Amino acid sequence: MNMEKISLSHGSGGKMMHALIEDIFFKHFGNDVLKEAGDSACLALGTKNIAFTTDSFVVKPIFFPGGDIGKLAVCGTVNDLAVSGAVPKFISAAFIIEEGFLLSELEVIAASMRKWSDISAVKIVTGDTKVVEKGEADGIFINTAGIGTFENEVRLGISSIKAGDKVIVSGTIGDHGIAVLSKRKGLEFESGIMSDCRPLNRMLHEALGVGGVRFMRDPTRGGLATTLNEIADKAGLGIVINEESIPLSDGVRGACEILGLDPLYIANEGKAVIIAEPSSVKELVLRLRENEYGKEAVVIGEVTKDIQGKVVLRTRLGTRRFIDMLTGEQLPRIC
Amino acid sequence: MIRYVDEYRDVELSLKIAGKIRDISTKPFNVMEVCGGHTMAMRKYGVHKLIGPNIRLISGPGCPVCVTSLKDIDKAIALAWAADVSICTFGDMVYVPGTSSSLAQAKAEGRDVRTVYSVHDVLNFAKEEPKKEFVFISIGFETTAPTAAAAIIEAREEKVNNFSVLALNKTMPAALTALLGDGSSIVDALIAPGHVSTITGLSIYEPIVKDLGISCAVAGFEPADILRAIFLLAELFEKGEVELINAYERAVKKEGNKKALAVMSEVFEESDAEWRGLGVIPRSGLKLRKAYAGLDAEKRFKIPAGDISSVCEGACICGDILKGIKEPPDCTLFGKACTPESPCGACMVSSEGSCAAWYKYEVPSSKVASSRG
Amino acid sequence: MCWSIPGKIINIKGNIAEVEIGGARRNVRLDLIDAPAVGEYMLIHAGYAIQKVDEESAKFTLEFFEKCREEYKIKDKG
Repeated sequence: MNMEKISLSHGSGGKMMHALIEDIFFKHFGNDVLKEAGDSACLALGTKNIAFTTDSFVVKPIFFPGGDIGKLAVCGTVNDLAVSGAVPKFISAAFIIEEGFLLSELEVIAASMRKWSDISAVKIVTGDTKVVEKGEADGIFINTAGIGTFENEVRLGISSIKAGDKVIVSGTIGDHGIAVLSKRKGLEFESGIMSDCRPLNRMLHEALGVGGVRFMRDPTRGGLATTLNEIADKAGLGIVINEESIPLSDGVRGACEILGLDPLYIANEGKAVIIAEPSSVKELVLRLRENEYGKEAVVIGEVTKDIQGKVVLRTRLGTRRFIDMLTGEQLPRIC
Repeated sequence: MIRYVDEYRDVELSLKIAGKIRDISTKPFNVMEVCGGHTMAMRKYGVHKLIGPNIRLISGPGCPVCVTSLKDIDKAIALAWAADVSICTFGDMVYVPGTSSSLAQAKAEGRDVRTVYSVHDVLNFAKEEPKKEFVFISIGFETTAPTAAAAIIEAREEKVNNFSVLALNKTMPAALTALLGDGSSIVDALIAPGHVSTITGLSIYEPIVKDLGISCAVAGFEPADILRAIFLLAELFEKGEVELINAYERAVKKEGNKKALAVMSEVFEESDAEWRGLGVIPRSGLKLRKAYAGLDAEKRFKIPAGDISSVCEGACICGDILKGIKEPPDCTLFGKACTPESPCGACMVSSEGSCAAWYKYEVPSSKVASSRG
Repeated sequence: MCWSIPGKIINIKGNIAEVEIGGARRNVRLDLIDAPAVGEYMLIHAGYAIQKVDEESAKFTLEFFEKCREEYKIKDKG
């Protein structure tokens, strides 16, 4: 069914969102840099190379186990810079606030942004504030944009991925999505799961120091499956992952079992997918595990030229099936 | 470790049972399952790839969302447009297309459409917002109908007057007989839906076993459960015997859940129902009894009759696919006009329909056009 | 119509049980169950317990599995 209006599916990180971006935004804005569709744009400014990115944060509820919209806004942008291989330096913060929003909550959010930008060693250097009438924004929306620098000869890119490269994920998947979902009205459940929202720049900087990293991305909306599909599609190669290797916490597993959700499609906010050349992988995983945010880093699969542009899951029973990109929203089901 | 789940997901065990199946299977054998959960589980674990070349798994009409008729979906969408009504539905239903729209589209156009995990959430909403009317779109088979019935009883007892239900539930027995008793049926055995059976018990399968001579095995949903059921059915078939087997003993009692059945029958009575792709099947649906007419959304709201005609209707072969006579790639619409993003018939509508499952888990072959156009 | 998962009753308050599945917990309704008890396993569907998991009967399935494990060797992984 062709929709003439924007629906929630257009924002869920899956196929419909990708189609929207291509059919409208790329069509009108398209240029070489934009079409790279990297987490950050890598730009040459005179003799220096910088990374530039932006993201908007609309999460509900705004306070969730393990974080808040402010923490998300800082870490999300820091991570988009970090996975591009840049050192995050400065971010902007623009607020759209609904009339009636509590000042006390705004304080908490601002304090959280300060805390997490200090931890990430970035400065919030510019911003904007708009207030709209009641009903015109759901509480608060935050946009952050960030600038980072490339400190060394690191050049990451999908085009450098080769068949035989290994796929690493830096920890358990689905934590953020489940933490947020557990507080949503009508679905309330306890999982003990905290959002994994955190800044990965230090961890990824260490990883880059090992060498052999081809490409990195953070699997946010649409989950691990969508991110791997994006990479496979752009690289023109295949990715095979092992069901048994995918790290999953008990709470996320239980929550997914109750609601009938697939953790492969659930958002993460503090994880990275790293594609690396085979000889570096052992040390990379060790180095990631030395960092508090990478303790469960593990190899989950490999890149292959046997299939093109697709992702395959090797099930626990040894059979194989395709894992597609998320289509629309993933909703809890009874069936 | 999730108890009563992981033991039945054991890899070594599952592969051993699969090996046993391959060993005893000597001739073509068609097994149908009629449960969305079974379709999903089989696809997820690649069961069809483990059981050898003789056994064909057919997905029958086991997805209550898929078989909801266009007329009924249009009713739900029309209700979304009634003044100050909140439509509450399971996630499965939100993107299902009616004749010209969907609940998702109604939501996009500003109507109050909410996704719920349980009918009880709708009761809670109704209590919290007494000025608004809440309508629950009640879909599902005998597994789900008792929960709707329980909520209806509770609403009546607690005088929650702004809660009502659009009853679109369907029941298995009449549909199974219609499907398997059809002269064109090629089904040799049935994997019976595990969770429907926890409610109904085993007696609903007796006519199929006794009158149609088709073995039934009630199965659970983990790979070892499903493989065990297939093994037991294959064994019977190879011996030329016919039996009714409960292979989900831990969840299914012979008599079912009597309390749930009583609750269901207190609120609901049998009715004829239209199944998308199959037409009207007598006594295969549930409607609210007269005593509960006050909570029936069809009586509380005037729902305009719609005009049903769809581009897909002429070419859609869902009926044949649901009976196992054809497979998704046999359909001219499959992967072209009919994709998960823009589904035509029942089989592509929900993510567990035969066509959706095929599209998602199998190789999108050169026969199928790219979904992006 | 089918998505159900077994969970263990952790506590009961009136008609509502707190149930644990893996590492997650949720409240479920007990309207459809006779005499539920803490420690019992229930099949949970759409926010309601729909049947008790029969531990005794589970043994039948597990016995079949044990037999399979003992008598059968995997020939190929398929």
